[in-house]
Amino acid sequence: MIKAIKSFRGGIKPGHHKVTAELETVKMPLPSKVVIPMLQHIGAPCMPLVKKGDRVLVGQKIGDSEQMIAAPVHSSVSGTVTDVRPVLYSTGVEVMAVEIKPDGLQEVHESVAPPVYTDKEGLLRSIRESGLVGLGGAGFPTCVKLSPPPGKVLDVLVINGAECEPYITSDYREMMENPEGIVEGTKRVMEITGVAKAFIAIEENKPLAIESISSLIKDGDNIEVVSLATRYPQGGEKQLIYTVTGRRVPVGKLPADVGVLAQNVATVAFIANYLKTGMPLIKKKVTIDGGAAANPMNVEVLIGTPLKEVFEFCGGFCEEPRKIIMGGPMMGVAQYSLDNSVLKQTNALLAFNENQAVETKESVCIRCGKCVAACPMSLMPLYINANVMRGNFEETMKYHVNDCMECGCCSYVCPASRHLVQSMRQAKAELRKLAARKQGGKN
Amino acid sequence: MVEIIIAVLIISGLGLIFGVGLSYASKVFAVEVDERVTQIREVLPGANCGACGYSGCDGFANAVVEGEAPTNGCPVGGNAVAQEVAGIMGVEPEGIKRTAARVLCNGRNSVSKEKYEYQGIDTCAAAASHFGGHKACTYGCLGHGDCKNACPFDAIVMVGGIARIVEDRCRACGMCVLACPKNLIEIIDKTKKYSVMCMSKDKGAVTRSHCQVGCIGCTKCVRACPQQAISMEGTLAKIDYSKCDNCGECTKVCPTMAIRVMDFGE
Repeated sequence: MIKAIKSFRGGIKPGHHKVTAELETVKMPLPSKVVIPMLQHIGAPCMPLVKKGDRVLVGQKIGDSEQMIAAPVHSSVSGTVTDVRPVLYSTGVEVMAVEIKPDGLQEVHESVAPPVYTDKEGLLRSIRESGLVGLGGAGFPTCVKLSPPPGKVLDVLVINGAECEPYITSDYREMMENPEGIVEGTKRVMEITGVAKAFIAIEENKPLAIESISSLIKDGDNIEVVSLATRYPQGGEKQLIYTVTGRRVPVGKLPADVGVLAQNVATVAFIANYLKTGMPLIKKKVTIDGGAAANPMNVEVLIGTPLKEVFEFCGGFCEEPRKIIMGGPMMGVAQYSLDNSVLKQTNALLAFNENQAVETKESVCIRCGKCVAACPMSLMPLYINANVMRGNFEETMKYHVNDCMECGCCSYVCPASRHLVQSMRQAKAELRKLAARKQGGKN
Repeated sequence: MVEIIIAVLIISGLGLIFGVGLSYASKVFAVEVDERVTQIREVLPGANCGACGYSGCDGFANAVVEGEAPTNGCPVGGNAVAQEVAGIMGVEPEGIKRTAARVLCNGRNSVSKEKYEYQGIDTCAAAASHFGGHKACTYGCLGHGDCKNACPFDAIVMVGGIARIVEDRCRACGMCVLACPKNLIEIIDKTKKYSVMCMSKDKGAVTRSHCQVGCIGCTKCVRACPQQAISMEGTLAKIDYSKCDNCGECTKVCPTMAIRVMDFGE
């Protein structure tokens, strides 16, 4: 085990609240229905391959896209398709979703078999077929990440076990319950990408995880466990790469440009399991926590399970939840309905009570500069916010708003409770719109 | 005394040299400006709204003289300006239709349901980027006033949580059409009084569960229209304004009052 060599700029130290850390993951029984949206990744939505009335089996592909940046979607249960209807995605677009009523048999589809491949392309194709996306939360299709653009040579692999967001412990449970899978997966990813050196980076507040993984690494594996300082956003891709390798990803570039590939622990563990069994991505470890959740715990949930049934399985609510967040409290998305489903990239469901979800009123910026000090990307959120409020979206480009990863540090520290992250997100969306309008000519 | 005279002479000498130089340069490097550009520029409204598609009124005036833009290309100035521009250009005046923007949603807070409580930046675009906005109906007006802020003519007012356009003030520049994240605003012939005030593509039952005044796709108006001007686009009625003659039969049969008379004067 080695210590991280560098320390990233800015960041915050929120309370850990990882009360579920030492609770063994519980497998959730079959839900009464699953609703599987066709968009559970960054990229183009999939087209449903099944129709109402079809019988589907576990692991059967039910949605795919011809686009390069997309990941197919599989059925997590065996049963009958009861509906194919549009549902709302968190960004506000409507995507198709397949609703399946399980028959309880959990028959496995014939396509589920360890993938057979002869070359690297074949292997990458089969990883695409597994429907794998980055399980850390963003959900970028893994096969795209594993095939860097031509001319870019990867030489370091960083496995992200930081899990720096408060409350979430699902990656920690993966490290405790399946350390063999993580090490095995790391080796497989090293083979796939031809990378000679790998680091498994874990925050130092998880000594047991560091121990359990370190004990499995033999000399000559070329894998090193790195302990990181406990600070948010330690698990941010660029921050992680800098602290572990000392390399800075330049503005507007990708980690591949500095020869680094970063993957989440759960993602590599899945790759190891997939290459052995061929079972596509149909279930997810999810942390259930928050003041309104009766029994905080970690559960293994089938993808597409309605949030309501997940919470019911965990003993329901001990008080009326004020806000339900999918993901961590820093970057997660507040949900409007418990009918929404668990997605591939869901790693936590937090039910906050009245006290935890207290809303403070936004007031004027006093230019204290706390957001500037906290920003791990060295941006100036206050000026971006001011320009967004005036509608000067083109001006925000000068402040490099596109480098913002929406980690939420600025909003966390703002004494005036300004909606800083939201204005960044807004600026990025408007800039995308402007670019599209310019491309499309006069409009 | 001598020093003062020297200084005066140097300054007046420099003045003379620059004066001659400048007057020479203004003759030799003079840029010919078509006087029609200046004239057209003078008759234009001068709002620099960009509704014509050019960079402000100057851009439009240049484009007209160069023959790129039509003489009736300024929607804000209307017929009067179009005639004057045509007069300056020495061509037949082409009339333009008086159009105005219309917000095709009637879901005031009192008749529509909310999906969640929104807290954040007070713009429609920001609200719409979170699950499509706080209105239960994903197609409805969110009422944060992005269109109102975009309007250069102060023609939009917020009434009961939705945007309404004061047609007398509206110059159909189309800035609100671009600003609306829900694409609810259309530029419609001002003389046509009836509009389907709903853009919901949801099924009738879903629309009804979200809003009391949405179009539920019952097709009663399609059958009632003597001009056959109404057709169904999925579950939504659409009026073909080239056929509509303002008879008002549609609004009499509409069970949810989604087809309404537009009378938002000053």
